[in-house]
Amino acid sequence: MEKIPILRMGEFLLVTIQIDMHDQLALKLQDDLSNAIQKNASKGVLIDISSLEMVDSFIGRMVADITGIGKILGAETILVGMQPAVAITLVELGLSLPGVATALNVERGMALLRRKIDADGADVGSH
Amino acid sequence: MADATMSNVLKKSGKEIYANWSRDLAATAANSKGRMPAAELEQQSAEFIKLLTAASEHASSSDISAPEFKPLREFLEGVSRSRVAQGFSSDETASFIFSLKKPFFAALRADAGKDADALADQVWRATELLDALGLHTIKTYQKSREDVINRQQREMLELSTPVVKLWDGILALPMIGTLDSARTQVVMENLLQKVVETGAQIAILDITGEPTVDTLVAQHLLKTVTALRLMGAECIISGVRPQIAQTIVHLGVDLQGVTTKANLADALALALKRTGSTSLKA
Repeated sequence: MEKIPILRMGEFLLVTIQIDMHDQLALKLQDDLSNAIQKNASKGVLIDISSLEMVDSFIGRMVADITGIGKILGAETILVGMQPAVAITLVELGLSLPGVATALNVERGMALLRRKIDADGADVGSH
Repeated sequence: MADATMSNVLKKSGKEIYANWSRDLAATAANSKGRMPAAELEQQSAEFIKLLTAASEHASSSDISAPEFKPLREFLEGVSRSRVAQGFSSDETASFIFSLKKPFFAALRADAGKDADALADQVWRATELLDALGLHTIKTYQKSREDVINRQQREMLELSTPVVKLWDGILALPMIGTLDSARTQVVMENLLQKVVETGAQIAILDITGEPTVDTLVAQHLLKTVTALRLMGAECIISGVRPQIAQTIVHLGVDLQGVTTKANLADALALALKRTGSTSLKA
């Protein structure tokens, strides 16, 4: 069965969605990712959807859910590389994904993630 | 058969009708400020009479949608298209056909002699036919005009949505003219595509050229802002005029979470600060 790989990069996880998502795959990814965050005690998750060219309302919601789950498990989650067509579709579907951090590409996303973790770390240190 | 009389008259005194008609046309054409050469007008009227004679000879009724009238219809469509291009008004175009009535009726009268019943019958048929042809010309005239308007609208759409690069990582989109759904779609797609191409972090939507902002326009703006955010870029709306600010507040449009500035300079200053500070931190 096909599977979306979850790559570990130090304290971060990198998920690159390179095939068209179908519902089953999205559910499985949600499962796998939450387990992986738990197992690796990851501090940040980067979801790269630059190859995703089509979304429907279900996949849109799954993406929002996955980022939400990441947050609850204590990992900053950033959605990177959304294509214009996908962004327009999501907006037209009324899925504005409030509270989801986004970045233009993986590089920017990584920088943003690093900054967020550093800011959190500084907060903890100052207390 | 009544139609046979009509085509007979046309065949018999076509030359005479043509001569009278061209004289009338030339008299009116004198007022048309020389937009059209006299030779062209003469050629068109000769062609029209020729086609009308041919059509009425074969046609069984005065229904101009019949196949016998096809060449005549096509000829009239061509005439009205060229009139649109030459800047004639719709009534000037229509009177080209209607002015044929006078010489045509005169010829019918000469043919019918003292038979008043037959003449009335003939005139009615001829009127019906010429009216239908005239209306057909007007219809084509209007359609040609609409085509021109549509083309101009399309061109305006392309003209009015330039995305400019203001600074490294900062794009600006000066919006001019009322935003409707179709235009917003083009604006949004252009902007998002440019963001991907240039990797810009901040996009400034300048609405100085926006005459009014109603709830629909505001909603379109919000959609664009949201789409940009989803792609990982920030958006600043600039050029909000006092009246527009008041309208937005009165309409109860929620612009929370959207950065707005009074003018483009302020927006650029903010954008520079934001990109500057991020690059320092990173």
